[in-house]
Amino acid sequence: MKVLVCIKQVPDMESRFKVNGSGDWYDEADLAYRMNEYDEYAVEQAVQLKEQLGDAPDVTVLSIGPDRVGDALKKALAMGCDRAVHVQDPDSCRKDPWQIADIIASFAKGKDFDVIFTGMQSQDRGSAQVGVTVAERLGHNCTTTLVGFGFADGVITAKRELEGGLKSVVKLPLPALVTCQLGLNVPRYPTLPNIMKAKKKEFVTVPAAELLSEESAVATEKLYPPVKSGSAVVLEGDLAQIADRLLGILKEKTTVVK
Amino acid sequence: MKALLICEQREGKILDTSYELVAFADRLGAEKVLVLVGKEAPKVDAKVYLADVDKFGEYNPDLHKQVVLEAIHKENPDYVVFVHSSYGWDLAPRVAAALKVGQVSEVVNIVDGKFELTLCNAKLRRTVAPKGARAVLTVQAGAFNAVEASGSAQVEAIDVAGSSKLQFVGYEPAEKKDVDLGRAEIIVSAGRGVGKKENVAIIAELAKAFGGELGASRPVVDAGWVAHSHQVGTTGQTVSPKLYVACGISGAIQHLAGMKKSDFIVAINKDKDAPISEAADVMVVADVLQLAPVLMEKLRAA
Ligand SMILES: Cc1cc2nc3c(=O)[nH]c(=O)nc-3n(C[C@H](O)[C@H](O)[C@H](O)COP(=O)(O)OP(=O)(O)OC[C@H]3O[C@@H](n4cnc5c(N)ncnc54)[C@H](O)[C@@H]3O)c2cc1C
Repeated sequence: MKVLVCIKQVPDMESRFKVNGSGDWYDEADLAYRMNEYDEYAVEQAVQLKEQLGDAPDVTVLSIGPDRVGDALKKALAMGCDRAVHVQDPDSCRKDPWQIADIIASFAKGKDFDVIFTGMQSQDRGSAQVGVTVAERLGHNCTTTLVGFGFADGVITAKRELEGGLKSVVKLPLPALVTCQLGLNVPRYPTLPNIMKAKKKEFVTVPAAELLSEESAVATEKLYPPVKSGSAVVLEGDLAQIADRLLGILKEKTTVVK
Repeated sequence: MKALLICEQREGKILDTSYELVAFADRLGAEKVLVLVGKEAPKVDAKVYLADVDKFGEYNPDLHKQVVLEAIHKENPDYVVFVHSSYGWDLAPRVAAALKVGQVSEVVNIVDGKFELTLCNAKLRRTVAPKGARAVLTVQAGAFNAVEASGSAQVEAIDVAGSSKLQFVGYEPAEKKDVDLGRAEIIVSAGRGVGKKENVAIIAELAKAFGGELGASRPVVDAGWVAHSHQVGTTGQTVSPKLYVACGISGAIQHLAGMKKSDFIVAINKDKDAPISEAADVMVVADVLQLAPVLMEKLRAA
């Protein structure tokens, strides 16, 4: 069985974000990067599937981006993926989801991946398009937002998360692509021996231009910080003073604090 | 300009977000035609294509895609619009891929005819424009106020041939509730910023000192620190207490959707610029673990 996991590297969301010089993306300087949270669940699920099937599946992890995404790929290898593919693209932030999906689909075409895992969305862009679009391009069965995954007799049983705490159960035969949601599993931490082992695993680099054949379908016009409504009263400084002022405001403005 | 609005139902009931799509099309100034795989048409003065849910299934994106493509074929719309929901984000890219057109996800506003989206947990925003003559959109739930359900649809049945290997097995209901946040007058919620499971107890104590209930953001629930019944947000509960205190919560769109109707909102966060400040009435810039004991002492003394 051949498995593909697609991951993205994103900035830590607690960072301060500034608009870049050309006004079309955030300034990438001084940001700390990590594996997209949703993709960590995808990697973990792929490795769990491998373990379930007695190590039989061969798991490829793929990421598109500049040099730094090598770190995310190495982490995925240390978590248990077998080989990594780095699609070199210093300009990946200017590709729209349609083009990112095109790159992945071009890579996967003809390679007969039985199962493809992706995150349900990225934390920075949040389009929730790439996984499903890849599936459509490859003709894979597909379902999204998994909070449960089972596999038996060539069929995936997926538990999908719907709104308001409701879930639904869907079965889909291979080949299939599923997108992973928060809470699907508990991603493992790479252990030191596994980090060492990962250094010996296959790591291939492919230029994006070799895979990309589509024009972007959506153009970014402008990037800007949210317009502050400025209505919030801001309290900072000494804790005791903050507490007094807060309780004072609550007594005045609400009926429930006396 | 014409917008084809893909409505949603669940177990026979039309979801209210369908009427948000109508509001969106009105804002866009577009002529609207609706599509629903369901039993009964939405109440709206417009044409509605109705596909039989018994034939096409509650969840069957392969077949629902064919239904939408057939309606597109008949109507030739400029925009095909979905809710950015578990149904919409699953189906929309399939339709966009079939049409080979761009998709814009999670539209929160229309600015000068462009679509406004959030980026990086709502810390930035951007406007985008699809390049082609036609585009697929998904609209953030709650971003456009639903129009009232009234009017009489001109219903037209729609049918397509097709098959799918996907099998919908059924629904799994939400876990039983051990707390009814919907009735609470005060909710004090713990977010990932509280750091670890043990610290949730401090927030729970603070909730008690306020005479309220404990709420939580999703990561706190996913990590198993508190039960799902405490989760506030799109996949948790929608609440509207008289006072909502968000402790160590950044204010992601999915959390805000569940609590922004609260009468009075206090956010306690180390980061002054956390997106929750947009929704908050009072933004307390502090380490919640340090502030909570001080607050509790004063509350108890009062
Ligand atoms: C389909 C979907 C559905 C979702 N449904 C929900 C839902 O129902 N409910 C929900 O909440 N989320 C939901 N989410 C997740 C949502 O996108 C966010 O990931 C989540 O709300 C973030 O939770 P948080 O604010 O607690 O954590 P974070 O975003 O990690 O924020 C932590 C905050 O704590 C602050 N902080 C850190 N340390 C301290 C300290 N010592 N004192 C004070 N402040 C501190 C930080 O500045 C930061 O702002 C959903 C996501 C998706 C994709």
